[in-house]
Amino acid sequence: MAVAPRTPPSKRDWSWRSQAFRGLLYQILAVALIGGAVWFLAHNTAENMRIRGIKSGFDFLWAPAGFDIGESLFPFDSNNPYWKAFLIGVSNTLRVAVVGIILTTILGTLIGVGRFSRNGLLRGLCQAYVEFFRNVPVLLQLLMWYLLFTELLPDITDAKHVGPFFLSKGGLSFPEPLWATGHLTGVIGWGLGAVVAWFYRRWAQAKFEATGQLRSMFWVPVVIVIACGALGWIIGGAPFDFNMPKKGEFAIENGGSLTPEFMAVLLGLVLYTAAFVAEVVRSGISSVARGQSEAAQALGLSKGQEMQKVLLPQALRVIIPPMTSQFLNLTKNSSLAVAIGYPDVVSIANTALNQTGRAVECIAIIMLVYLTTSLSTSIFMGWYNAKSAIQER
Amino acid sequence: MAETIVFQSAPARPAPVKTEGLVPWAKANLFANWQSTVTTVIVLGVLLYAIPNFIQWAFLTATTVPNADACRAPGVGACWGVVTEKYRLIIFGRYPMDEQWRPLVATLLLLALLVASCTRAFWNKWIIVLWVVVVGTFFALMYGNVFGLTKVTTDRWGGLPLTIMLSSLSMVMSFPIAIAVALGRRSALPAIRTFCTIYVELIRGVPLISVLFMASFMFPLFMPQGVTVDVMIRVLAGLTLFAAAYMAEVIRGGLQAMPKGQTEAAASLGLSYWQTQFKIILPQALALVVPSIVNNFIGLFKDTSLVGIVSLYELTGSLGLALNGDADWRPYKLEGYVFITLIYFAFCFAMSRYSLWIEKQVNKSKLR
Repeated sequence: MAVAPRTPPSKRDWSWRSQAFRGLLYQILAVALIGGAVWFLAHNTAENMRIRGIKSGFDFLWAPAGFDIGESLFPFDSNNPYWKAFLIGVSNTLRVAVVGIILTTILGTLIGVGRFSRNGLLRGLCQAYVEFFRNVPVLLQLLMWYLLFTELLPDITDAKHVGPFFLSKGGLSFPEPLWATGHLTGVIGWGLGAVVAWFYRRWAQAKFEATGQLRSMFWVPVVIVIACGALGWIIGGAPFDFNMPKKGEFAIENGGSLTPEFMAVLLGLVLYTAAFVAEVVRSGISSVARGQSEAAQALGLSKGQEMQKVLLPQALRVIIPPMTSQFLNLTKNSSLAVAIGYPDVVSIANTALNQTGRAVECIAIIMLVYLTTSLSTSIFMGWYNAKSAIQER
Repeated sequence: MAETIVFQSAPARPAPVKTEGLVPWAKANLFANWQSTVTTVIVLGVLLYAIPNFIQWAFLTATTVPNADACRAPGVGACWGVVTEKYRLIIFGRYPMDEQWRPLVATLLLLALLVASCTRAFWNKWIIVLWVVVVGTFFALMYGNVFGLTKVTTDRWGGLPLTIMLSSLSMVMSFPIAIAVALGRRSALPAIRTFCTIYVELIRGVPLISVLFMASFMFPLFMPQGVTVDVMIRVLAGLTLFAAAYMAEVIRGGLQAMPKGQTEAAASLGLSYWQTQFKIILPQALALVVPSIVNNFIGLFKDTSLVGIVSLYELTGSLGLALNGDADWRPYKLEGYVFITLIYFAFCFAMSRYSLWIEKQVNKSKLR
């Protein structure tokens, strides 16, 4: 008996047995469920706010803030509006994050590489560092540094000083160069030097590919950049005036200064995150097969070329994605500054929240700030990662 | 005439260089070349300066007398008296003194449960029953109001029990959410995939503290009129949602590592989507990511120190609670910090060693 071949179900099969139909149904259900939940929460919030008499909206941003901020990159007083306070908070967050990321990368890389040292003592020290700093909550570390800076350092009146640097409960004071046109021309010189160095590298690379003659790809560009910067500085009149800190009656006057809050946040975040970065670097380096380095030596590459052309490009591929998430972690952890009173965006939002009662708006601002930073960092790192990924055919 | 050849033995080769023992080790690892020697001298110099000073401060001149006057005496180093005096307040927070055996027993039970969960012999469905029983007992012991135990409201809970409870419960509760979200992000249905992606990216893009603020300030507004939820439950919910996003990414990593052939083989056997996921893919994928899950738990354990900011006094918060209001002991906060640092370190270090060990265990099947 011949079995009639089963006809495949037609495209539009509105039955429970059609996968497409079930898929559609599940999705409609999910959208309805989530939409319903959001509506329920929003409705409750609106109702609660109406009953408790809480105003909503972002109009409070234009009202005077009414509180002072301990440290800011630009002038602020309590008559300034809230939006300016938030702006200062964001700038303070970014200041800690950017400086912290740079220092963390340096320290973490050093420690990660140190774990491959031929010196057993250094190796052990690096491992002990990683194990200790990784296993203690970062908040606790921040609180501890803050305690050290504010309780155990000498009073301002008898600040420790090394040359023009003063360290006390009031923070760190240091000589600050006085801004002059010479600095501007110096920076312009740097910029020009970078452009020249880039062209030099392109030319040297082209020459190498054409003739096989190798030119310095690192030191010559570095010298070009430094020389151009120095030239610009000299053309601008070579300014060399510093705003020196001076011990006054009650405080260290003049000069640049870092508050203990800033130092505690920075130091705590850098030391904590560096432990993770060190692990990332270590795993990246150890992921490159041993044969790669032997093959490079067999080809007669120098140690520097071996590192630059063979080992690093392969290690970077492993290093970059987890490194990105460590940078993002550092940025997000900078929100813990609120615990020791550093005026970052969370701290400002917390104050604004307590003053105005606009919880929804203030928390939305915090989330927006961090989401923007996170997304832009991951987009940038994604671009860089794509650049260093394996070029597959 | 043929020359007679007299047999002469070749001179014996020198004995091989000794490569074991202390001296050869030091030669290879401490004084291999001049750079290494310089490093050794510098590191040794720093250690020889720092370690004796630390020992002097922490042990030789330290005092353990629970008396602030003894600490103020000149020449006294670390004042461990602050720990001997306040340790109950630091470890149990504001829990009533006479009832502190209850958090002690409850925490020990929870710890035993955690250890059991880390043992492969217990990895079966009975562990879920065990969790329900133990967590139920934990809350019964802590909250009281049953079996003749006095009622202790959650605002008096604190210290180490709170730290352990918040981290382990949020971890366990986040697990089913995380599996659902991880499967959702790999789903073929665009709407579900989008929702899951938005959830994960949203949570991972913001700091935990903003989630805790939300749990603390916004959650009460979300509830219908007349419904109030205890702050500890709100924070627990916030932590769970936060942990779920991170856990979902870990699990997704495991799902992605599964070869496609597994799904295809399951499909050719006629298994449905859910059968494929629960009988074929998830068991393998989860075993693969157990070490990452443990690392995630370590992160969460450390992150619970943040709930102090929304006024739940876990270990870090209860230290502040114990010392900030006490003018006598406030100057010795550093010793208190060292004490809780050691507690955190002991837990996290043990878990990270376990993570390394379990990594070897779950990879055993791949080694031949």
